[in-house]
Amino acid sequence: MGLGTRRALWAYTFLLVPLLFFLTIRLAPAFSALYISLHEWNIISPSKPFVGLQNFRLLAHDPSFGRAAVNTLRYVLVGIPAQIALGLVLALALQRINRFRGLFRALYFMPFVTPIVAAAWVWQWMYSQNFGPLNGLLAELRLPLQPFLRSPAQSLYAVTAMTVWQFLGFQVVIFLAGLEAIPRVYYEAAAVDGASGWRLFRHMTVPLLNPTLVFSAVYGTIVYLQLFTQVLNMTFGDQGGPLASTLTMVLYVYQLGFQRFKMGEAAAATAVLFAVILVITLLQMRVLSKPVEY
Amino acid sequence: MRDPKTAFVYLALGAGAVVVAFPFYWMLASALKPLTEIYDLRLIPAHPTLANFTEVLTRTRFPRWFGNSLIVAAITTASVAFFDSLVGYVLAKLQFPGRGVIFVMILATLMIPTEMLVIPWYVMSSAYGWINTYWGIMFPGLLSAFGVFLIRQFMSGVPDELLDAGRMDGVTEFGLYWRIALPQIRPALAALCIFTFLGNWNAFLWPTIVIQTANMRTLPVGIALFSGEAGSAWNLIMASSALAVLPVLGVFAVLQRQIIEGITLTGLRS
Repeated sequence: MGLGTRRALWAYTFLLVPLLFFLTIRLAPAFSALYISLHEWNIISPSKPFVGLQNFRLLAHDPSFGRAAVNTLRYVLVGIPAQIALGLVLALALQRINRFRGLFRALYFMPFVTPIVAAAWVWQWMYSQNFGPLNGLLAELRLPLQPFLRSPAQSLYAVTAMTVWQFLGFQVVIFLAGLEAIPRVYYEAAAVDGASGWRLFRHMTVPLLNPTLVFSAVYGTIVYLQLFTQVLNMTFGDQGGPLASTLTMVLYVYQLGFQRFKMGEAAAATAVLFAVILVITLLQMRVLSKPVEY
Repeated sequence: MRDPKTAFVYLALGAGAVVVAFPFYWMLASALKPLTEIYDLRLIPAHPTLANFTEVLTRTRFPRWFGNSLIVAAITTASVAFFDSLVGYVLAKLQFPGRGVIFVMILATLMIPTEMLVIPWYVMSSAYGWINTYWGIMFPGLLSAFGVFLIRQFMSGVPDELLDAGRMDGVTEFGLYWRIALPQIRPALAALCIFTFLGNWNAFLWPTIVIQTANMRTLPVGIALFSGEAGSAWNLIMASSALAVLPVLGVFAVLQRQIIEGITLTGLRS
């Protein structure tokens, strides 16, 4: 046996268990989800008839699915710009200071490592209508008290605020790395040209930071499209909030598949989510594959 | 700090830090308040007590849930560390037919969202009797495609001369990976371990589906159900949250630099 063949055999031996894993636990279930989405699939009932695209049609006519889709879009459209803007401001501020930079960075990062379930309950308590510190502050300032999670108009933004709080530190770290990757000479050249302040930021920092911005927007969007734990735990007694105002796609899937046992329909909803994430990922690849011109 | 602009930056950062840290403070303050004081908005408990913590620890199965989470997170992390680094090494350093196809296949699984897989996983777990078992909680996380991708990047940087020298000395193929390549990528492996551990420690969607009895609950599932049943006993809910958050923050305080730099190390390469 040649040396090359021997090494190849070793490679296959090492890859055996991992490949089995990726095939049976990742790839096959993805196809299985598509298969289930074409069937009337109730875990309790032994009969699982093929129904074609019936489940997708049911989804299209289910107001809750529409609600979940619109809400999920709103989470993305509100949360991502807020997170990116705040993250960029904080990263620029951290770059300006010399002392306590590590301390601030660590403080802002803390929510990112905190168990989401625990954090969600703390925020629910903070938003409490009569006993929460947020309304306590409003009362001190002689402003009208707010219902927050109890209001169909406010609950989605209340959950978004908690999510931004959670990911802000991560965003800051990503931006700090992006800012550090900008070669010093550009700043020196800009200083020679007399550019500073807003002009420097707008015409130099932002274009050079573009790959980081695209990465943040795409990564963030994928995370926000999959919001579940925060929503379930912040509106625990009334899953999905008042009038389904906080309901997300994943929470909808969870309720449909595991509380109402309509797994065919739930699988169809996940197929829709998968298609959306796939399109976003492919778009990102196209945008990011363009070389950055310094 | 003579520059007023810099002073303003410090001030703004300080104010932001207070806002970000406040939920942690409120959690702790509420956890230390007796029930009679819990609806009182004062920032510092008038009669601080540890009774809430003892009640959570003795009345619920909190220690058991903590142990379950520890077992699940430790085993998945060990498995990911071993298999992902092995696959990353093989894909970066060994030549064999099908290498490209295998790599693309593993990468492609990254695009599949977990939500899409939980339904088939549940069907599979019911068929094989994995519901409500440790194996059932753990099996989806035993390998990570992201980890393979990450480690492969770093393994590519290990010089071939090092491996060839090892081969000359008669090191086995497994030894080349384990004794020569692996020590070279320690920072990346450490970052992968930390994030895998955190991810499994905090995991909620799949555990909440597959776990059915109180004894099998992981910490997040236990806290969610305990809090849901505790009604308005917010002092107990906050004490249980604090018990879940404080160990994580303790670890974070020690490994803070590695964790944050791990993001840069791993995030920017992807």
